[in-house]
Amino acid sequence: MSLFALDAGRLGLHRRRKAMNAVALTLSLGAMAFGLFWLAWILFETIRLGIGGMALTVFTEMTPPPMADSGGLLNAIVGSLLMVSLATALGTPIGILCGIYLAEYGKGRWLGNVTGFINDILLSAPSIVIGLFIYAVVVAQVKSFSGFAGILALALIVIPVVVRTTENMLSLIPNALREAAYALGTPKWKVISSVTLRAARAGVITGVLLALARIAGETAPLLFTALNNQFFTSNLGEPMASLPVTIFKYAMSPYENWRELAWVGVFLITLGVLGLNILARVLFRKKH
Amino acid sequence: MDTKVDTAAGEKIKIQVKDLNFYYGKFHALKHINLEIPERKVTAFIGPSGCGKSTLLRTFNRMFELYPEQRAEGQILVDGQDVLTTKTDVSLIRAKIGMVFQKPTPFPMSIYDNIAFGVRLFETLPRVEMDERVEWALKKAALWNEVKDKLQQSGSSLSGGQQQRLCIARGIAIKLEVLLLDEPCSALDPISTGKIEELIHELKADYTVMIVTHNMQQAARCSDYTAYMYLGDLVEFGPTSELFMKPKKKDTEDYITGRFG
Repeated sequence: MSLFALDAGRLGLHRRRKAMNAVALTLSLGAMAFGLFWLAWILFETIRLGIGGMALTVFTEMTPPPMADSGGLLNAIVGSLLMVSLATALGTPIGILCGIYLAEYGKGRWLGNVTGFINDILLSAPSIVIGLFIYAVVVAQVKSFSGFAGILALALIVIPVVVRTTENMLSLIPNALREAAYALGTPKWKVISSVTLRAARAGVITGVLLALARIAGETAPLLFTALNNQFFTSNLGEPMASLPVTIFKYAMSPYENWRELAWVGVFLITLGVLGLNILARVLFRKKH
Repeated sequence: MDTKVDTAAGEKIKIQVKDLNFYYGKFHALKHINLEIPERKVTAFIGPSGCGKSTLLRTFNRMFELYPEQRAEGQILVDGQDVLTTKTDVSLIRAKIGMVFQKPTPFPMSIYDNIAFGVRLFETLPRVEMDERVEWALKKAALWNEVKDKLQQSGSSLSGGQQQRLCIARGIAIKLEVLLLDEPCSALDPISTGKIEELIHELKADYTVMIVTHNMQQAARCSDYTAYMYLGDLVEFGPTSELFMKPKKKDTEDYITGRFG
């Protein structure tokens, strides 16, 4: 009697839930396929067009003049490596220290809230704005484009990313762990350096690697700061070549050899960023 | 001085709480607590949630100071010395009065370093002596046999019960005298709980132990003295057998017989 009716009602509900589940699953899979399709296409085109120009000379010769028979990307590769690594080295300690301040000292305080808010603005600032800013305060003042200016611009992009991830990762550490360290009579700086930061280290390193991956492909902040250089230089006081700016210049040119090298550069950056992302994931997984 | 007052039972008093009041902002969480904790005994704190038993425990090592809106008034004399005055260095208090929490909190380092971490804060020991200290503390905490072959493994690789004993060993290693246990078994299975209770029993030979617990059987099993608290008041305090067998107050009786709470 009524028991049966109840069962039928339940069955109906159950069927509806199953149908809803199927619809949701299909939509999610569709969205995923849509995203993956473009990513796969980009990767495929990068490899297809980039692998053709790959040769040892890419790593041994300088960027060539138009329509030259040979030439490579050595100056751009070295310039990118130099500026990206030094910008990371400059931005990481500042970012980590600021993240520590926000998570461990500034919570709920006026200065902490303001710093967090400004950091969010910096985080979402278009990179071309940062390039122009360094142009105005550094390049225009010393009247010279330079590798140093490029490093400063890239570091300004690294800092907010590292601040945000460091703060988030430290905030994830349960308070009980801090209390346990304090309960042993540990001073605050030691609690942070030996216990909380240590517990969050995988996440913090991941943040640094993601920031590194991001600036490896940035073009706009370098256009107005490091400019470009068709010759090899390791002097940071001079204008310096980089892979993204070289790609920008070569990809839009009418010269066949330049366009081929641009694709090689795209291929190299993609490979590097992909490698960094995989490394970041492996490091993070170890912890969680 | 009035440091070693004798109780009726002829026991030494380790800690005297005198007219202690505690506030979370404006909320009056502990009301005029007066209490004498005997040395080398286990004192249990029971009472319904929110009665202030954990709050009381956290005043003994000034843990509440981490949170600016919390404050305590009154005196807590440990060996005659008031721990609540700012004149007393909080690190030294905490070196003497250790605490173990509800959830195990191994530090993100090896088992060995978990123990050595606290020791290094107060002493510089040569390697051999540090090894001895670590072994001594782990033996005291009844953990040595289970971890002696894997001292370099991460502390979080241990089971929950082992982690909790590791946290106890961490305190023992810095030569504490008082051990505060804040519901140390509430996240553990019955077998691990049994081991911790056994350990508490052994520890009272050397240490003054205070334990907050929701489990009345646990208080009855492993404590010498019990305090029943309700809404920030210390309702009744006395030898555990007396408090459970013939409580003086009606409230206490209602709580321990399960009619309330």
